[in-house]
Amino acid sequence: MVIAMFGVSVIVFALVHMIPGDPVRNSLGTRFNQELYDRKRAEAGLDKPLLEQFVRWIGNAVRLDLGESFRSNRSVTSVVIERLPATLSLALAALVVALLIALPVGLLSAVKSGSKLDYAATAASQVGVSIPDFWSGIMYILLFALTLSWLPPSDYESPLNDPVEFLRHLVLPAVTVGLVSGSILTRFVRSAVLEALNQDYVRTAMAKGLSDRQIVFRHVVPNAAIPIVTVIGLQLGFLLGGVVVVEVIFAWPGVGRLALNAVGDRDYTVLQGAVLYLAFTFLVVNLLVDILYHVIDPRAELS
Amino acid sequence: MTELEPLLSVRDLRVRFGTKRGTAHVVNGLTYDVTAGETVAIVGESGSGKSVGVTSLMGLVRQPPGRVEGEAWFEGRNLIGAPSEVLRGIRGNRMAMIFQDPMTSLNPVLTIGRQLGESVRLHQGLSKRQADDRSVELLDLVGIPAARSRLSDYPHRFSGGMRQRVMIAMGLSTNPSLLIADEPTTALDVTTQAQIVELVQGLQEQFGMAILWITHDLGVVAGLAHRVLVMYAGRIIESGTVRHVMQDPRHPYTRGLLASLPRPGVDRPDRLFAIPGLPPDPVALPPGCPFWERCSYRLDERERDVLPELREVEPGHSVRCLYDVPVEVSA
Amino acid sequence: MSAVFEGGAVAAPLRGRRAEVWSAVISNRLALGGLVVLGLLVVAAVVGPTLAPYGVNEQVILDRFSGPSWDHWFGTDDLGRDVFSRALVAARGSLQVGAIAVGIALGLGVPIGLVSGYYGGATDAVLMRLMDIVFSFPAILLAIAVVAVRGPGLGNAMIAIGIVYMPIFARITRGSVITVRSEVYVRAARSLGATDARILRKHILPNIVAPIIVQTSLSLAFAILSEAALSFLGLGVQPPQPSWGRMLADGRGFIKQAPWIGIFPGLAILATVMAFNLVGDGLRDALDPRQKSVIESRGQNV
Repeated sequence: MVIAMFGVSVIVFALVHMIPGDPVRNSLGTRFNQELYDRKRAEAGLDKPLLEQFVRWIGNAVRLDLGESFRSNRSVTSVVIERLPATLSLALAALVVALLIALPVGLLSAVKSGSKLDYAATAASQVGVSIPDFWSGIMYILLFALTLSWLPPSDYESPLNDPVEFLRHLVLPAVTVGLVSGSILTRFVRSAVLEALNQDYVRTAMAKGLSDRQIVFRHVVPNAAIPIVTVIGLQLGFLLGGVVVVEVIFAWPGVGRLALNAVGDRDYTVLQGAVLYLAFTFLVVNLLVDILYHVIDPRAELS
Repeated sequence: MTELEPLLSVRDLRVRFGTKRGTAHVVNGLTYDVTAGETVAIVGESGSGKSVGVTSLMGLVRQPPGRVEGEAWFEGRNLIGAPSEVLRGIRGNRMAMIFQDPMTSLNPVLTIGRQLGESVRLHQGLSKRQADDRSVELLDLVGIPAARSRLSDYPHRFSGGMRQRVMIAMGLSTNPSLLIADEPTTALDVTTQAQIVELVQGLQEQFGMAILWITHDLGVVAGLAHRVLVMYAGRIIESGTVRHVMQDPRHPYTRGLLASLPRPGVDRPDRLFAIPGLPPDPVALPPGCPFWERCSYRLDERERDVLPELREVEPGHSVRCLYDVPVEVSA
Repeated sequence: MSAVFEGGAVAAPLRGRRAEVWSAVISNRLALGGLVVLGLLVVAAVVGPTLAPYGVNEQVILDRFSGPSWDHWFGTDDLGRDVFSRALVAARGSLQVGAIAVGIALGLGVPIGLVSGYYGGATDAVLMRLMDIVFSFPAILLAIAVVAVRGPGLGNAMIAIGIVYMPIFARITRGSVITVRSEVYVRAARSLGATDARILRKHILPNIVAPIIVQTSLSLAFAILSEAALSFLGLGVQPPQPSWGRMLADGRGFIKQAPWIGIFPGLAILATVMAFNLVGDGLRDALDPRQKSVIESRGQNV
């Protein structure tokens, strides 16, 4: 994983520095002044050769010092951390929504494979997987916020300030992302359970006289859980950073939107920091999933 | 119930499956008895309906797409058509079944202890501790060393032969009166096979349960069974004691089976005997004797569509054949 | 995590089974529906501009914000442009980007997977690491970054999306190659002295085609979704060429007073993506029902 992180950093750094535009010039804007410009450039180390800049950046990054934002002069680390609660809450809430859909529906679908319920669920998840979430988000806003006025159309409210408002603001974005995520997971849960149901040990359990319910919950679920947990972990890893467009629609102050804005602002350091954080999170979650896999599957020896 | 009344009485058992190509008639009128304490071997090749014939007894055949008809009297009840709660109460309790592939028949994520104890906890209401004690007893019985510590192991830590022993232990945990074994040694190597057969024999002597042993391996039959039923295309075509069937087979198919057993020193070293042809397609069964196409004893073409009945050729030995095949003097 | 994405099942070689596969797909009603929709889309893409009742940028200010009617099936937008015509013509951009992007992903990913799976060892380790690294970027962000570097536009969107999807093709190919590599006929060919290139071409390639085909269809679905997202953010197809994503972004501003501006482009995207998905699923069922469905996490993009 260390190698992966390193590779990621190289790519991030390279990409960011390939973006045309000058961050310092951008940040100065109308206040441009050659002397100030030169000074700021030197401060930011932009006058040194790229390799040296990279090494300096990495060295600092390891100590969690990601530099300062060109735009706001605040430390990148603090800017990113500021966004974390919003990102985390959206990701977790979306995952909850997704699981609330996927687990029961997927399980029932598999157990009653071939029934009307199964077809309906499969059809629904086909649709769910194909819905552009930026579109459905807008539709929900139209329906629930603008037409019915049940929920607020956008923005974020900190749970510390007003927990109820926090939840109210969380609902639409979480559902938007969660429905899509749920559809993917449903299909996966279904196939994992179906696979387990077809195993010989289910036949053995039946021969012992266990009821269907006992068989499903004692024998099938523990086996199906293994691949399911893996996928859930992957989804979580993705959710933590990949919902940029939803964040834009709901004006949600997450890390994805931060990165997007940083691109527009040519704010190198913030962009690097944000993307690095996102890639890092993904890798960490993957690592945790791998470990978890070894823990819950007795056949996999922990290495 | 008197001693002489059979433990299991199967009458005209028929099982059909609806498939895309038509209705497959897999079992076509099985009738036999099993008395307490005896071992009956059911012999046949793949597709003869031998497995379905017994899984249908336990109610393990899904209907639909299957349809099971006929009667199977066990301990005073007809299993065919019985409500599922009744069948569930019998399965794993009075009647137990062990399957062919020990590698996949055990749940990989549950400990052996849990799986062993499941039946007794379900049917006899034992507590976890009591079940564990019983499981240790059983593991000892089937010859697995260090039983107590093995309870918390997972199946992948056991070899194929040991897993099959565990399966046997699982089957016997509730002291069933009938044990059905569906090709339990087919997936094992020859040495292990012999060990398992020996084990089962010993257990039968000890506990006196009846055994229905499904196999395609005649060698196993010889060592274990009292009586043999030979199945072909879903019907019994020969039945009798082991001695009858193995030493004095009267059906051409049985003869063919025995002839195809390689005998070192006796058979020619370059050629093995195999019955020519293939068994009939269950979707398109011929109206007459199912073995007709492959039979080298058939005499009169006009009898192609006549289905023979089972008739007794000597006490306790019956054959379903149109002809009286001459008695062979075998080596 | 690799357990989820291997999907390396191999079906019987396609050559002799083309008719069989085709009929299996046709008989799957959902897939058939998908094919029909796709057919319509291709027509729209090719002859859209000629079929469109109005010009794509024809502004009739007097008619702006009018709802769906016989004159304007999808209504008009804030500039009085006919939404239906614009949506029709936008199909071209979407399909173009989708097709070329997936083509790039295939063109890069499959060879990498082939080499990686066939040679194994250090090459494999390095290449897969590289793929992992690319994979660990949230797709949309990677696409944004690439577009940021090269500037917005059709071509760069294609490249961006192509790069994002490359790892998945590499992984699938590699998985299949590994499965096939150990088959007896490959070993037999090798023992007869066949060169690596020949083995790859004659034995391995035909047998890994099936999962790649399935993946292509699925990736097309999501590539179009990604393109729409990029356009939504202003980074994809640029005006004056219409694109569904862009139309959605524009429609967002008027969502309350003229919801149709946003609704219809979104439906178009939905229909297209779904069509590709259904066809992909149909192909998978026809080619090898046992093949594990690759959870290409629609999650890995927008």
